[in-house]
Amino acid sequence: MKIKLTFWRVVFAVIMVLGLYSSYVRYFHGLGAVSNMTDQFPWGLWIGFDCLCGVMLAAGGFCMVGAVYLFNVESLHDVVKPAVLTAFLGYLLFIVGLLFDLGRPWFIWHQMIYMNPHSVMFEVGFCVMFYTTVLFFEFLPNVFERFHFQVGIKWVKKIYPILIVLGILLSTLHQSSLGSLYLIMPSKLHPFWYTPALPFLFFGSAVAVGLAMTIFESTQSAKALGRQLELSVLVRLGGALLVALWVNALIRFEDFYHRGVLGQIVRPSYEAYFLWLELALAFVLPIAMLSFKRVRLSPGGLYLAAVISLLGFVTNRLNISLIGFETYVGHHYVPKWTEFMVTLMIIALGFALFRLAVEYLPIFPEHKEAATEAAAVAPVFAKSAVMSHAND
Amino acid sequence: MSKAILYDATLCIGCKQCEQGCAEENKLPYDDKIAAEAVQSEHKFTCVVTQEDKFMRRLCMHCEKPACASVCPVGALHKTKEGPVAYDVWKCIGCRYCMVACPFSQPKYEWGALNPRVRKCIMCPNRLAAGKQTACAEICPTGATKFGERDDLVREAKKRIADNPANYLPRVYGLEEVGGTSVLLLSSVEPAAFGYPTSAKLGETPMPEYTGRVMEKIPDFIPVWTLVLGGIYWISHRREEVAAVEGREKRNGGAQ
Repeated sequence: MKIKLTFWRVVFAVIMVLGLYSSYVRYFHGLGAVSNMTDQFPWGLWIGFDCLCGVMLAAGGFCMVGAVYLFNVESLHDVVKPAVLTAFLGYLLFIVGLLFDLGRPWFIWHQMIYMNPHSVMFEVGFCVMFYTTVLFFEFLPNVFERFHFQVGIKWVKKIYPILIVLGILLSTLHQSSLGSLYLIMPSKLHPFWYTPALPFLFFGSAVAVGLAMTIFESTQSAKALGRQLELSVLVRLGGALLVALWVNALIRFEDFYHRGVLGQIVRPSYEAYFLWLELALAFVLPIAMLSFKRVRLSPGGLYLAAVISLLGFVTNRLNISLIGFETYVGHHYVPKWTEFMVTLMIIALGFALFRLAVEYLPIFPEHKEAATEAAAVAPVFAKSAVMSHAND
Repeated sequence: MSKAILYDATLCIGCKQCEQGCAEENKLPYDDKIAAEAVQSEHKFTCVVTQEDKFMRRLCMHCEKPACASVCPVGALHKTKEGPVAYDVWKCIGCRYCMVACPFSQPKYEWGALNPRVRKCIMCPNRLAAGKQTACAEICPTGATKFGERDDLVREAKKRIADNPANYLPRVYGLEEVGGTSVLLLSSVEPAAFGYPTSAKLGETPMPEYTGRVMEKIPDFIPVWTLVLGGIYWISHRREEVAAVEGREKRNGGAQ
């Protein structure tokens, strides 16, 4: 077999080599050697990006499952499977990231026996553990379908209502709890970002990011697979994203207003620059773009608006976890290159696994769309026929 | 009754014998070079900070309601009824949430170790169990560091201020801060000058309450939210079934 050298494959290989070297440093020379974390900055890029952003970027799964199975938005049906796949991979990689960041990853299972119910971290850990299991079952039918294991599919369908309700419940809990992690640091986190509303803000941003991420990943994979994407789906997602961004922006404004920091925000300062960047990317630019019908109806425009808002929310979480502590600590934290490489390696793994999955599993609707649709409709008609006969 | 430490900065002569006693008790290295280090670290649980001719000790405050213990997902850190905040290293998974959460930034980490531990003052548990005072209090030549029952020490601290108001700030640092701590500070200069967070910034609310307000709602939230989600699912799928049935009837009716 011959492997063709493409630009992205070379990039992937370079990232993997440097990432593996960084992993070696991490496990054979310790956290101090691999990172710029210190006693003053005990949480760095790996918590800020891999964990906080990773979980947020995987929110598309519960958003799409909720929209389609809970609220019956039939038109979004085609994006559920890729969204669930992204979420499943996202959570698996989040756990991989955790294994790098924890000082004693070999004791991660202690979480299950030495429980401290007062700890937000405990709650997040448990929810993530259960939700990854739920996502595994939501993802499983793809594998069953690939190997024509009909009994398995039927079996998973039976517990689907439980999976859906459980998945959304667990997501609500841990997406918001990631924000609650920071509630105990009122004297350390900068007032721009410390607010009792943190759990609400984290949940709200997760929903917006879930929508944006679905636009991003379906456009991206359509391009990669060389197929045309249903524009109506993207347009619907874009509309929902616009609403979600407005709601997030209003909650954010309310929060600033109630805590009386509006005056501080407009004055230039180190933190203000980062806050402006975050607000511009997350709200101002994408809302402005999506307000134009021309943008809302073009795949390119929607893609761009989604990506910009994603960058904005990533900036938001990095501000909360890194920038917001710099004034308290009194110096800057800049991740070491090996920290970046581990993060990049995890992201690259995510892209590669996604690519493999969509290539070998029936994630996206095939050309035989008509056939499957007929198959899906048939039982409903059969059932209703029986019912209407019973009425006769 | 819970034990505590009273440190009176006005009595301190900066001899750093407390540092040495602490290092010996906790089997930590100690030499001139480490003595010169003005910051706490994995090998220095307590530190005498010098500002001009004034001194101030830094050590774990052993909060009455410690943030570190409340955030620890595996309960490795916990407040004992004798006063100290203890650490069970064998439970620790190394998440370092304690370090981020501590308002005094006391827990330090073994960044160079392959199986790293969180390190901080644990108030000499072996000595306490034997009925002795902490190493730092025992070795202190001037009585600047005093060990005893918290209630007694609070009374004594207030008496010292009342007897000699010109010598002290009117406030016992640690009496009310973050709900009270088991280390109490008396000084003539604001502890903030030596790196302590200001009392105003800390507030008197125990840190765990900030998360508790949210966490306590979760047991109620779970069943309610499950019912709501289940209800929505049921309604939307019931509607689907009804629509399917009605659709069929309509079609039948039209045909007849």
